[in-house]
Amino acid sequence: MQSTSETILRVNDLTIHYPISIGIVRAVEGVSFTLADGEALGLVGESGCGKSTLGLSLLKLLRPPGRVTGGSILYRGTDILGLDARSLLAMRGRSISMIFQNPLTSLNPLFTVERHFLETIHYHDPSLSRGKALAATGKMLATLGIEEKRLREYPHQLSGGMRQRIMIGRALIMNPGILIPDEPTTSLDVIVEAGFTELLANLRKVYKLSIILITHNLGLVAEIADRIAVMYGGKIMEIGSAQDIFARPMHPYTQGLIDCVPNIQLDQKELVTMPGSPPDLVSPPVGCRFAPRCPKVMPVCTERTPRLLEHAPEHSSACWLYERHG
Amino acid sequence: MGTLVAAIDLVKDFPLRGSLFDAFSSHRAAVHAVDRVSLTLAEGEVLGLAGESGSGKSTTGRLLLRLLEPTSGRVEYRGRDITGLGTRELAAFRSRAQIVFQDPNSSLSPRMSVGQAITHPLQIHGIGTAAEQRASVLELMEKVGLSPAQFLYRKYPHQLSGGQSQRVVIARALITRPDFLVADEPLAMADVSVRALILQLMRQLKEDMGLTYLFITHDLATAKYLCDRIAVMYLGRIVEVAPREELFSRPHHPYTKALLAAVPVPDPRARRDKNLPRGEIPSAIHPPPGCHFHPRCPFAVAKCREARPPLREIGPGHVSACILD
Repeated sequence: MQSTSETILRVNDLTIHYPISIGIVRAVEGVSFTLADGEALGLVGESGCGKSTLGLSLLKLLRPPGRVTGGSILYRGTDILGLDARSLLAMRGRSISMIFQNPLTSLNPLFTVERHFLETIHYHDPSLSRGKALAATGKMLATLGIEEKRLREYPHQLSGGMRQRIMIGRALIMNPGILIPDEPTTSLDVIVEAGFTELLANLRKVYKLSIILITHNLGLVAEIADRIAVMYGGKIMEIGSAQDIFARPMHPYTQGLIDCVPNIQLDQKELVTMPGSPPDLVSPPVGCRFAPRCPKVMPVCTERTPRLLEHAPEHSSACWLYERHG
Repeated sequence: MGTLVAAIDLVKDFPLRGSLFDAFSSHRAAVHAVDRVSLTLAEGEVLGLAGESGSGKSTTGRLLLRLLEPTSGRVEYRGRDITGLGTRELAAFRSRAQIVFQDPNSSLSPRMSVGQAITHPLQIHGIGTAAEQRASVLELMEKVGLSPAQFLYRKYPHQLSGGQSQRVVIARALITRPDFLVADEPLAMADVSVRALILQLMRQLKEDMGLTYLFITHDLATAKYLCDRIAVMYLGRIVEVAPREELFSRPHHPYTKALLAAVPVPDPRARRDKNLPRGEIPSAIHPPPGCHFHPRCPFAVAKCREARPPLREIGPGHVSACILD
């Protein structure tokens, strides 16, 4: 996939630490991946695996004490971590945009829909006339399937699904290269969620958008992503095409995650379960971080850390089952 | 199998705080949360109650336990109307019928240890001596997977994982040995791997303790895994009830079909066009006339606007409130 189109984002060996009173939370450790132009990458994992921290770091939005302690984030060749405050403000929303989980807390209750859009446009492009900004807003609303009369309404007058669409519209109004939705449908009902999926597919066609979808919802990621990275304990355990991840998962954690989700198209007599809980990231287990819960654990797993290596074409996994050892 | 719980023509309106003008009008505005719902649960059955937010499924669950008083209609437990029970009889009923809520963290007092929380219902109902209470709490803790029980007995909610907290809530609900449990979205806050464990536990407990569940969920994939029968609600009304296989293989009501189509499938090869209904669930203050679903229904005809379609039998144990075939 990377070979056929240009790489828009390259994350190299990224490490993020949160120093707290009892030690250092190693939230993200040595994460590397690339995103091709126009590609949708799903970042999947359970709470605390580091996926949201990783997402925030891509916009340099980490809150203290969170800090990138190593690695680089290259957006079209420019390292975001090296940008000064002014360039960062220009970059956010224009190069990379993020949508957060709960639209109601991300919208200003005192602003009309129109003002939400005009503010964003004016911030990035102060010279643009009000008329042109309104025209751009109107065009965006049409793409989102929202009636023009909603421009004068306030967030509390809108339904959950409509608020989410306003969030998407505002994130896309400056035509960014990458959109990062972080658990975008968690507060939405199934039918509205399905509407979001359809809208995203349409927007990808219109705007040639690259997407990093952060979610714990395997159903959602299966509907949207071209490629999927599975995170566990701050590391990428497996990365590959959506087809390969679901049809031929390599890592026992990926396998477990897929098997424990009820699938409406199957007649599951029993769900496979994964006992145990995610690792303590202040003192993570030695070797593979999944080893204490892994059904296929071997002696080497608790001694040395497996590397994320390509064990099949375009399909990498960090697991001693595939890496030579001994 | 006998009927354990039956709801007959249940109605619940929540009156809105009116303006001065409303005080003079005979018709007060209200949220029509539950609109003439009838349901039965056979002993040992798992009935799923599915629908989107605002469909009235949680209100229905609370009415069945008399945690809310119905505006009209009645609830029978083992053939006895519970809507007229006095304080003492109601307490006895409460030890037989329990509920598990969505968020375990807000259902547990941060000041009570695990042992205290699970023992509390036994103290309220005056069941057993202190030694007996402790013994049965420890036994049940092991059964719901809170192991080692001796060790976790002294822990406080902030020291537990999400999965453990939900197990404490389940144990607390089951300690008085009820036979009826309302589970209101018990998995909504849990992580993927925790969900599977809790689902498996609920199935196990049902078999071991002879429980009957009303399983409230918006996730039809989970309902398919756990439930024997499923009732689908929309804007305060039941629109379809069917045995599990029947509902998934031959859904009848257009709303059920839409819900089924919308469920994301964890398989990228299964991507498909979903034919979604337009818009979102309307307000329950002024619900649409006739069939509540008609403004969003792709098959609506003029007649759908006129009268509420009755639930009619379209197969064995399968009823649907749609006039179309």
